[in-house]
Amino acid sequence: MNAPLFNPSRRDVLAGALVVSFSLRAIPSLAQEQENVSKPPLPGSLKKAPMLDAWIRIDADGSVTVFTGKCEIGQGVKTALIQVAAEELELDPHAIHLVTADTARAANEGFTSGSNSMKDSASAIRNAAAQVREILIGIAAERLGVAADRLRAQSGAIIGPDNRRAAYGDLVAGNVLHVTAQPTSKLKAPDTLKIIGQSLPRIDIPGKVTGGVSYVHDLRLSGMVHARVVRPPSYDARLQSIDTSDAEKMPGVIKVVRDGSFLGILAEREFQAVTAMHALAAAAKWDIATKLPDETNISSIIESLPAEDHVIADKHAESASATRTLQAVYRRPYQMHGSIGPSCAVASFDGDALTVWSHAQGMFPLRQAIAEMLRLPEEKVRCIHMEGAGCYGHNGADDAAADAALLARALPGRPVRVQWMREQEHQWEPYGPAMVSRARASLDAGGNIVDWWYEVRSNTHSTRPPGAGQLIAARHLETPFTPGPPRPGDQPEGAGDRNAVPLYVLPNVRVVHHLVPDMPLRVSALRGLGAYHNIFAIESFMDELAAAAGADAIEFRLRHLKDKRARAVITAAAERFGWSSWQAAKGKGRGFAFARYKNLAAFCAVAVEVNIEHESGHVRLGRAIAAVDSGQAVNPNGIANQIQGGIVQSASWTLYESVHFEPRRILSQDWSTYPILRFGTMPESVDVYVIDAPGEPFLGTGEAAQGPTAAAIANAVANATGVRIRDLPLNSARVKAAIGV
Amino acid sequence: MITLNVNGRSRDVDDAPNTPLLYVLRGTLELNGAKFGCGLGQCGACTVVIDGKPVFSCLTPISILQGRKITTLEGLGSEDAPSPLQRAFIEEQAAQCGYCIPGMIMRAHALLTANQSPTDAEIREHMNANLCRCGTHMRILAAINRAAGGMHAAGARAPAKAEEEE
Repeated sequence: MNAPLFNPSRRDVLAGALVVSFSLRAIPSLAQEQENVSKPPLPGSLKKAPMLDAWIRIDADGSVTVFTGKCEIGQGVKTALIQVAAEELELDPHAIHLVTADTARAANEGFTSGSNSMKDSASAIRNAAAQVREILIGIAAERLGVAADRLRAQSGAIIGPDNRRAAYGDLVAGNVLHVTAQPTSKLKAPDTLKIIGQSLPRIDIPGKVTGGVSYVHDLRLSGMVHARVVRPPSYDARLQSIDTSDAEKMPGVIKVVRDGSFLGILAEREFQAVTAMHALAAAAKWDIATKLPDETNISSIIESLPAEDHVIADKHAESASATRTLQAVYRRPYQMHGSIGPSCAVASFDGDALTVWSHAQGMFPLRQAIAEMLRLPEEKVRCIHMEGAGCYGHNGADDAAADAALLARALPGRPVRVQWMREQEHQWEPYGPAMVSRARASLDAGGNIVDWWYEVRSNTHSTRPPGAGQLIAARHLETPFTPGPPRPGDQPEGAGDRNAVPLYVLPNVRVVHHLVPDMPLRVSALRGLGAYHNIFAIESFMDELAAAAGADAIEFRLRHLKDKRARAVITAAAERFGWSSWQAAKGKGRGFAFARYKNLAAFCAVAVEVNIEHESGHVRLGRAIAAVDSGQAVNPNGIANQIQGGIVQSASWTLYESVHFEPRRILSQDWSTYPILRFGTMPESVDVYVIDAPGEPFLGTGEAAQGPTAAAIANAVANATGVRIRDLPLNSARVKAAIGV
Repeated sequence: MITLNVNGRSRDVDDAPNTPLLYVLRGTLELNGAKFGCGLGQCGACTVVIDGKPVFSCLTPISILQGRKITTLEGLGSEDAPSPLQRAFIEEQAAQCGYCIPGMIMRAHALLTANQSPTDAEIREHMNANLCRCGTHMRILAAINRAAGGMHAAGARAPAKAEEEE
């Protein structure tokens, strides 16, 4: 097609709505520029990818494909995205095919993180779907000669008053959906919704419970070989020498790949690769350079390291005079993602271009990092998301993809599958950072908080790509890449300072984030980032203040809270739990906590009961009740599943988990050296009440329970024992010591 | 060549005799159900049923499996025709990432085959060997309880089947 790059006569039309631009790259951006000056911002990720057909494609046969730049990481987002599209397109959800993050097909929505998928992608898809529906109605009106307001969309067709119909597939000729989205859409009214709000069963579960190809781990390509990597014994150890000849002679071995301290082996079958990996590891001689800090002293080390200070809240107003001041220090250890399936990736290099299948959370940033590492142009690298085991943040997925890329480059023409061993995942994943915070607050004579001072000290919470230096393998190459400088994360979402500013209405507030750039252990995003620790600290401190004020924990929170939706989840959780009628007993405690995740996503309140075994100090979560407001609830069962899972996972972090290390190496290498919650100590019940907010924006939910659960458990332990423990985890040894058994 | 009995079929495999069953199931036999989780017998993601007992397939070399009856997730049912236990997991929406679920189902299958009416405490004790990281435990328990109820009913209605198996 010999289309001109710019055709002034088309300008006005394009800025309207309905017109096709062929491959006129200049024109959409021009339309965008015009909108930027005159119109409100586009909803969700439409801001990043404003063309409707970047999100929704309808083929002549009527088949509908929805594209998202986000990925399924076990949170059920595929089902929810299909629901919003089906709702506005008036389709059966099963008629929609969804394509998730793929650099060749989907919009660049960055990372699937921060509980942002519903806000970003579902908002984009819902609005795009509504606009597509209206475009189809407009075309049908012309074709059928009927006014648009007498037409309706139903089951893949536009239907007129006399039952005349035009199928979607017949209306889409000529790229009619290749138009820029409008800032506002004719969304269906809340009381007319039929699919949004239903607990549609997850589309991925039947395959997962019957042995389908559900994960990148299950991908089996023609001619595929298996690989394993041999990692150094510690972060910066360098490979001094290795005799690879024995390993190379082992059955099935294709080749050994070495580049600096990066070492991998390729074999025909997986167990052959594993066996040869062990031989290779035994033959490798390392220069062990890394000095890890003293684990027992880690919080003072974090406090002694230089920091960049960021004042994130500083508000002063007239208030009553203080009669009593409390202060406290809260600490959190390094904790791990601990995916049940070690990281895995498949890569295929044809001598020119590379394709990588990965369960990392951001395909575009991964592509950028891998292209930089291999010194390939970005357009020669395609990254396609496939599911992995739950990641809960930045685990080894990107690194495994880098391993696969390097090994595939060494064997052009044959796809390479690499999976990490359990010990590699435990030792090399980037942990949730150790954190320390100090809180000080004063009460007036009436028991109201008059001033609040809080400072939190933490490493960065993101060492993700796009830089090649963020990838382990790239750092170990003969010509190594170095990681970029640590980033603090911006408010209001924050990172180490996520949820460091309380939602409570307080006259005087000062909050400081001390970002510690030096990272003694490898760290990055773990579900909730700093919110887990900050909510643990703030909500523990609120209980301490309530006790000092002689107030009930819930009444004290409500006393300082205006937000109606916040108050509603607190009241609901307290009622469902039976807070006011709860009976104390020996060894039993109740605890409560609340937060609005990031102060802008879902509202979540958690009430728990714990039972403490006096002799051992073991804390058992007895029951948990949560109330959550996620805005317009798309799939209530999916929301409940996320909150329920978040409570259990956070209970495991809070009661048991801490990464162990010594100067030369990480000691937490498997599930025996990093124990987590098991069935034997599961609560009796974990119940979630979803409060729907029809017509309100979607609010991210996936990480909302992590902080409130930690604080509710800590508060319940204090309630049961009379002793306040401010250091995580609340394991048996610590509780036993605190209660003086 | 070693002959394995997998899901009622005889399968000849040419993997080295010391190869753990997991790699043979996933590689040679192209069965996705059993998952690699730790290779150490600590997490249960690889659980299959051998002669009625739950076994960590990541630790069990095929050399000792000749003549043993191996059942994997695929042996219970398919997406089109899931078994009652698989159906119970779907009905309870008992998965988040789902990676541990095949192992959970196989361990629960061994329990329900041996004991058609386990108590909640028995289920929890039996399942303690398997790890889940998403926190789906409560739904997994609900699914097993649901299947146990369903299996009772099926057992009560179909005594002939039980006699056949004698």
